[in-house]
Amino acid sequence: MIIAEQKSFDEIAKMAANFDKVLLLGCNECVTVCLAGGEKEVGVLAASLRLLRKQGDRPLTTLEETITRQCEWEYLDQIEKLAEEADCIISMACGVGVQFVAERFPDKWVIPALNTKSAGGSVQHGVWEERCGLCGECILYKTGGVCPVARCSKRILNGPCGGSQNGKCEVKDVDCIWDQIYKRMAALGRMDWLMEIELEKDWSKARDGGPRKLVREDVMISE
Amino acid sequence: MSENKSRLQTLFEQGEFVVTGEIGPPKSANGEGIRKHAEHLKGYCDATNLTDNQTAIVRLSSIAAGMHVLKAGGEPIIQMTCRDRNRIAIQSDLLGAYSLGMKNMLCLTGDHQSFGNHPTAANVFDVDSIQLIRMVKRMRDERVFACGEEIKKDEPRFFIGAVANPFADPFEVRVYRMEKKINAGAQFFQTQIIFDLERFERWMELVRERGLHERAYIMAGVMPVKSAKVAAYMQKSVSGMIVPDEMVTRLKQAEDQQAEAVEICVEQIKHVMNIKGVRGVHIMAVGWEEIVPVIVEKAGLLPRPQAAGITQAAG
Repeated sequence: MIIAEQKSFDEIAKMAANFDKVLLLGCNECVTVCLAGGEKEVGVLAASLRLLRKQGDRPLTTLEETITRQCEWEYLDQIEKLAEEADCIISMACGVGVQFVAERFPDKWVIPALNTKSAGGSVQHGVWEERCGLCGECILYKTGGVCPVARCSKRILNGPCGGSQNGKCEVKDVDCIWDQIYKRMAALGRMDWLMEIELEKDWSKARDGGPRKLVREDVMISE
Repeated sequence: MSENKSRLQTLFEQGEFVVTGEIGPPKSANGEGIRKHAEHLKGYCDATNLTDNQTAIVRLSSIAAGMHVLKAGGEPIIQMTCRDRNRIAIQSDLLGAYSLGMKNMLCLTGDHQSFGNHPTAANVFDVDSIQLIRMVKRMRDERVFACGEEIKKDEPRFFIGAVANPFADPFEVRVYRMEKKINAGAQFFQTQIIFDLERFERWMELVRERGLHERAYIMAGVMPVKSAKVAAYMQKSVSGMIVPDEMVTRLKQAEDQQAEAVEICVEQIKHVMNIKGVRGVHIMAVGWEEIVPVIVEKAGLLPRPQAAGITQAAG
């Protein structure tokens, strides 16, 4: 899933300072699971903003709604009326959701309340880790199901580099993923695979090739 | 000599025990210090590394520094990391460096930018060090760019170096990775700075078990550590390095710490010279370059040999 984290309250309040009636829009998918932008967070942020503005001379009216997914038109259609009422929408979704909201409601100013961090998952309560680098060409079958593109600080494909010590990366607080790949491949009896030189990656399939678009004609509905 | 080999390569092929030094380029646009160091090392080192923005701190470029070394009559080993350049920039710089007369290069992954003075910079890591080695080899031996396109004339013909770190983990993997580098095209190795001689010997045993010492020239990396304070700092703060407590203590107890530092370094050189498969020593006296001639002399490595067919002075 997409991992996101709420921006600081001060930053959000500053971005919303010039608006009087805002719609706080939560998303019921990833950001709800990672406790950043679900129904609960919408409520807390709305109350906090109102409280702050009450202390000044420009009180704030908040509208609150959380939809199934902000990255899909049909769910955004459901809040059309609500959006009309507000002079600004604070999207509590990932960067994808924010942009779908902005595109669906072109005359509304949209504020992102979260910082989108990574594609990953929760490894323990309160800890989320990146797992996928979205490189566009999966190589996990070569590395025992452990991704060096996303998880090696230098995205080395023939690791580990000389900075690996005691299972730790030279970069602070990071595990050396090549240490883990090596141990896993050794345990699975596939060390010989790691002796093969992995050639230069085709980064054109990643973001380096420009914004990516996936088209599947087999599921397209012709007009 | 139609191959137009570097002095470094020629000396290895002659069977000499090779000595290389290292100059860290300055954080300024002035090459005078590099030229001075290069002149100072002349006659004591057979070639000199020029680091490539080491520890991710912006410095005068390795290739430009190599030009200053050439002008001073020395032989440069340019360094190329994967951190700051993609495959287009790397190949372009290599064409340029070779056109300027540089013949040795060392391929490295590069320290992460979080260590340096621009921690908010984007990194590149388009290729890794092994892919880089292979790329340089293919440019030379197959006359192709990384994309496969033919280099129609005047391909760069570098003597290809790589690094090996016997002190990083997992221990056994260090030798596998070295082998991979040789398979990719590495011809000589400079190791990470050796303080833990026992671990280095164990590592060399593994190297010999796999016959790697017969497939590449291995240079042991040493460093004169100026003071107990520096040693303690390195023990704590430099990644990929093992600094034994005994060394810190020995320096601390010495009356003249600098003299002791030289003594320790000379002992280490004499020790590694006797390890089968070690073909040279790489002295990294970064910030203390002026001590290198003293060390080389005390280690009994003078005079430096002549490279057959090459008139260029050492350095």
